[in-house]
Amino acid sequence: MSFKKIQEQANLEWEQFTRSKPLRVLIGSATCGRAAGSMEVMQAFEDELNKRSLTAQTGVHEVGCLGMCYAEVLVELTGADGRRVLYEGVGPGFVPTLVESHLVEGNPLLDKAMAVMEGEDLEGVAHFSQLPNIQHQVRVVMRNCGVIDPARVNHYIARGGYSGMHRALSMTPDQVVSEMTASGLRGRGGAGFPTGVKWGFARKSPGDVKYVICNADEGDPGAFMDRSVLEGDPHAVLEGLLIAGYAIGASQGYVYCRAEYPLAIERLEEAIEQMREKGFLGERVMDSSFSFDIKIKKGAGAFVCGEETSLMQSIEGKRGMPRSRPPFPAVSGLFGRPTNINNVETLASVSAIMEKGAQWYQGFGTEKSRGTKTFALAGKINRTGLIEVPMGIPLRTIIEDIGGGVPGGKKFKAVQTGGPSGGCVPAQFMDLPVDYEHLAEVGSIMGSGGMIVIDEESCMVDVARYFLTFTENESCGKCVPCRMGTQHLLKTLTDITEGCATPEQIGTMRKVGDSMKKASLCGLGQTAPNPVLTTLRYFEDEYRAHMEDRKCPAGVCRALITFHIDPDTCTGCMACASACPVDAISGEKKKTHHIDQDLCIRCGSCRQACKFNAVVVN
Amino acid sequence: MTAMLTEQQFDRIFSNHSPTRDSLIPILQDVQDTMEYLSPEALEAVARYLNLSENDVYGVATFYAQFRFHPPGRHRLKVCLGTACHVRGSGLILEGVSRRLGVVPGETTEDGSFTLERVACFGSCALAPVVVLDDKVYGRMTTRKTQKIIEDTE
Repeated sequence: MSFKKIQEQANLEWEQFTRSKPLRVLIGSATCGRAAGSMEVMQAFEDELNKRSLTAQTGVHEVGCLGMCYAEVLVELTGADGRRVLYEGVGPGFVPTLVESHLVEGNPLLDKAMAVMEGEDLEGVAHFSQLPNIQHQVRVVMRNCGVIDPARVNHYIARGGYSGMHRALSMTPDQVVSEMTASGLRGRGGAGFPTGVKWGFARKSPGDVKYVICNADEGDPGAFMDRSVLEGDPHAVLEGLLIAGYAIGASQGYVYCRAEYPLAIERLEEAIEQMREKGFLGERVMDSSFSFDIKIKKGAGAFVCGEETSLMQSIEGKRGMPRSRPPFPAVSGLFGRPTNINNVETLASVSAIMEKGAQWYQGFGTEKSRGTKTFALAGKINRTGLIEVPMGIPLRTIIEDIGGGVPGGKKFKAVQTGGPSGGCVPAQFMDLPVDYEHLAEVGSIMGSGGMIVIDEESCMVDVARYFLTFTENESCGKCVPCRMGTQHLLKTLTDITEGCATPEQIGTMRKVGDSMKKASLCGLGQTAPNPVLTTLRYFEDEYRAHMEDRKCPAGVCRALITFHIDPDTCTGCMACASACPVDAISGEKKKTHHIDQDLCIRCGSCRQACKFNAVVVN
Repeated sequence: MTAMLTEQQFDRIFSNHSPTRDSLIPILQDVQDTMEYLSPEALEAVARYLNLSENDVYGVATFYAQFRFHPPGRHRLKVCLGTACHVRGSGLILEGVSRRLGVVPGETTEDGSFTLERVACFGSCALAPVVVLDDKVYGRMTTRKTQKIIEDTE
């Protein structure tokens, strides 16, 4: 079948999806949505529609993630008037009211409505594009997330999908490489190397067997961009891989995906099957002379496998340990053949660039950092979720406008970018443009896009120790600077949080960190000291307070704090006493309680249980 | 739970994979999916099929956090210790659960009902802190709520 015919069919299915039935229910059902109960909500809709005999005229569909995880479960309803309204925080119990009011009577519920997606205005409800957290966003990678049913290839095609591959096939591979270079796209996995240049190396490398790999081993704790894209729009990534394969002259592609993402793997498997049916995979892709196939490899839980040479070892069935470069993978990679490896977000951008052209893509971002970047916004922030913004956007816009600031009126202290390889950007850089260069200037990195917001209640030494616990555990042990360096830094940080370190050790930590940066074999060890070095750079006073005064200013490090009950605020409700796991709290009903310091293990359960903020930390 | 798969079970797994080295990890994953852990006998059978030394197979298996070498409990409780979960207090949850079950992460309770595990990140950071019981993800957890799901499961 010609591509034009395929597109016509797809458009028909998309039309049906959007217009064929008078009423429609869309439910966000990626991992986040499911954890918030989207499957129960879906069941409730089906039951209610069944009860009212509305099943025949209502389409109920799962869609991917819109990125607004804080407001899950998100449901979009289309009533008989064709207006699409988005509701937030929908639970199964609320479904009958929604169906009755919106679908049957045609009266959208204004107090629960978050936005109007399409159609006439509603009083007091903003249009989706005008929401404060949406208006600064530009969605390229996430163009279809939450909009299409990810299990249907025709939805993707109807929204412009695979026309990028179709266009690529009308060009020579060299032209495709040039187009990618011209777009200015840089690798979104963290290092930011220009994608077109990387493709060029693998293209020029001699050899008749070459490979392309999609790195979907999103291992940074605090990052979930790749998962959302794979779950919400798997074809965008697979089309990118197909284009990369054509450009460098590979006939086999791999997707290396973490086993912790079962839904993403399921969606990928489904999508690959659909590609085969449409003739986008296998012999003679889209009736051209290009042949290509894709295999999925499940990771087995090793952070270091996000590093390209380790990842290839893992695909080959070995321990995932890095090796020194050169030779670079473009020369000798998987099974000793020229290999090109790109991450999920890069490939989802590739398919968009080939569809719309390099010129279009250059219109976003800054001169050196073109395009858009997704970030996973989490931690102490009101609107947690996934966002996509043009490169160069001020940090303040992300934290305050999009993220809605820090909850509970607490003070913003820093944002951690780039996961265990990155650093902390303190509050004084709120107006920093977020792009590769500026983040590097302040000692952090873009990384894969995790952004964890830290408020005054978090201790920076504890945060650094947290990351070192992670990297020390994940260091593969092959090279000495990383193996010994992470151990040493972790030991010192633990001593500091326990109040048994001396200020001289600050200098030693800097020295060790510096050596690790210079001498480690792979990215893991080279970047592992970053969390320590940046917190030392901006929060040395916090370190010193632990060492000199034996105090943790944020009230986190247990060896240095005590819990007390404020007699003026305590109402004597007994909540803390029943929460205490070691029975250290005594007191009667309606009388002030007391904590026995000898018994207290400082677990913080009482503080969590108290509704009146009567448990204070000294 | 057995220490060994039947010949038919092995045949079924092996028939999906060519006897080449790059099949090693997928085969180990399939074996673990079937018997829930990797017994020494199973590792030996895999080594034989791929014509690798047992030592080599064991070396690869122990490198990856996914593989277990002891049978797990009837339920697996995983506490996420990702960054977002950490700053929102998942350490306290892990500690509370650990105290409640009387095991440290990686161990199984004496009655074989729960295995407690710590996970680096589930990627559901927006719902932090996250706890996963078997395959169900629970978001915005507290020590209390976690105790409750344990009680409900028991």
